[in-house]
Amino acid sequence: MKKDNETMILAIETSCDETAVAILRDGVKLEANVVASQIESHQRFGGVVPELASRHHVEQMTIVLEEAFRQADMTMDEIDVVAVTEGPGLVGALLVGISTAKALAFAHQKRLVGVHHIAGHIYANRLQEEFQFPIIALVVSGGHTELILMKEHGLFEVLGETRDDAAGEAYDKVARTMGLPYPGGPEVDRLAQLGQDTLAFPRAWLEEDSFDFSFSGLKSAVINTLHNAKQKGIELKQEDIAASFQASIVDVLVEKTFRAAQQYKAKQVLLAGGVAANRGLRTAITTKFADQNIVLSIPPLWLCTDNAAMIGAAAMIAYQKGNQADWTLNANPGLDLEMYGKR
Amino acid sequence: MTILAIDTSNDAMAIALSKDEQVIAEYISINKNKHSTRLMPAINQLMQDANIAPNHLTKIAVAKGPGSYTGVRVGLATAKTMGWSLNIPVVGVSSLQVLALQAKPVTGLICPFFDARRDMVFTGLYDSKLDLVQEERNVSMDEWLDQLSQLKEKIVFISPNMANYQERIVNKLGEYAEFMPEGFNQPRPGLLALFARDKKSNQVHQLQPNYLRLVEAEAKWLANQEEQAHE
Ligand SMILES: [Zn+2]
Repeated sequence: MKKDNETMILAIETSCDETAVAILRDGVKLEANVVASQIESHQRFGGVVPELASRHHVEQMTIVLEEAFRQADMTMDEIDVVAVTEGPGLVGALLVGISTAKALAFAHQKRLVGVHHIAGHIYANRLQEEFQFPIIALVVSGGHTELILMKEHGLFEVLGETRDDAAGEAYDKVARTMGLPYPGGPEVDRLAQLGQDTLAFPRAWLEEDSFDFSFSGLKSAVINTLHNAKQKGIELKQEDIAASFQASIVDVLVEKTFRAAQQYKAKQVLLAGGVAANRGLRTAITTKFADQNIVLSIPPLWLCTDNAAMIGAAAMIAYQKGNQADWTLNANPGLDLEMYGKR
Repeated sequence: MTILAIDTSNDAMAIALSKDEQVIAEYISINKNKHSTRLMPAINQLMQDANIAPNHLTKIAVAKGPGSYTGVRVGLATAKTMGWSLNIPVVGVSSLQVLALQAKPVTGLICPFFDARRDMVFTGLYDSKLDLVQEERNVSMDEWLDQLSQLKEKIVFISPNMANYQERIVNKLGEYAEFMPEGFNQPRPGLLALFARDKKSNQVHQLQPNYLRLVEAEAKWLANQEEQAHE
């Protein structure tokens, strides 16, 4: 049951290949969290097929909604806010979630709030502990690699971002070249735990004061090394390739995060996004910040991958700021995080 | 009985409300690719104009395709969610059947079709009772017309894309081809609402789009599997 002064948020996330619904009390306490993953369906194609993802979202949506209400033991009457991922993401996939959210909000005359997917990944951490500003957030996923400064709730300053591939993308491409099954990221991470950083792949530091990233050079270096070894008939250990590649990525990610934390006198550093599930990254960042007087937040694995709980957590802030979407709310595949924060 | 009908499956965004035996509000506008932003404002306006609140609705009718994949999904996601959350039945009707409803007063066979690009159409054949006599398909227009010409029966063609096809139809079917008068080639959501009145509702989780086409990647994958099985 809901008390009068509490805010109940129903959140929907369909930006890629997970159909997800969550129900949150005051944006911090999870009452329901349901994720229907489509990974098995996309696996045979070696990647997410957008049209197929959209189709699955329509098939799953009301089933996932029903399960969320069952978990929360609640009805639509008790919901105050319907929140939905507005972007970035696959436009067709986003539209299924947005149409669903609008239908719910309209049918029950509730407030509608659009949420930025990356704001969601960052706010996943608030389900674990309250934020302490300033915050440096390292967002790493299939589509994103960003260092973000937050001085207060709901405001985001992008300090650096990738100039070419996202870290997750580099993982996928290297995994494919190594002949690993999809999704490749977790597989590279698993192998890396068993190998040594013997191949000395380059680290792309870019300009000294830059918080930007670049992974395409590393990706090419790995692919070239693999090809050369094959031509010369040299057998490289898969584990060592994975470990060397991962060490290069993780070194840069962790070092730049550390520098940003120092420069902006961060009280809290947090990891966000699918690649935050990477064990190499989790271990390295924990070690780096061990003797710092900074709260380091690393979400549990189920909060790293796409889910609606994080969208609800971010929606709470948007709701408190007075944001409300109208019935024209549209998918916004290129939604800008800084602009979103300034609404 | 108060029914909200939604059809965003093709070029027209079309919604209507019916109460008992009458259509009490109807809105159609053709503006491709803007269905997702325009649908809910239009439903809101239509229901306000008719003085009907969402919880007064007793049924939802939706055109479930074929048509634009995204358009079909916008309509279905909206209809399914409204029906499920208001706990009222949802009836999914083929978009081709919705189109054929306009030809109900004429006798003979009815062939509704939508342009499906690459010289293909989404089509099927209905009798004057609106029962399907040849199953719906995604087919090249020439192949389909060859097939229809063998029936040697009067067929009424109806399509919002008629302008691009009328000549070919006349060439192939000659005197067997008939056409709807001007203004009758767009699907009408009011007719969908009335048609859905006595129709059995779908189990809402099971109601799915009528794409009539596999996802391209999936089709290729299946063809590959088949090939391998034959080797
Ligand atoms: Zn994500």
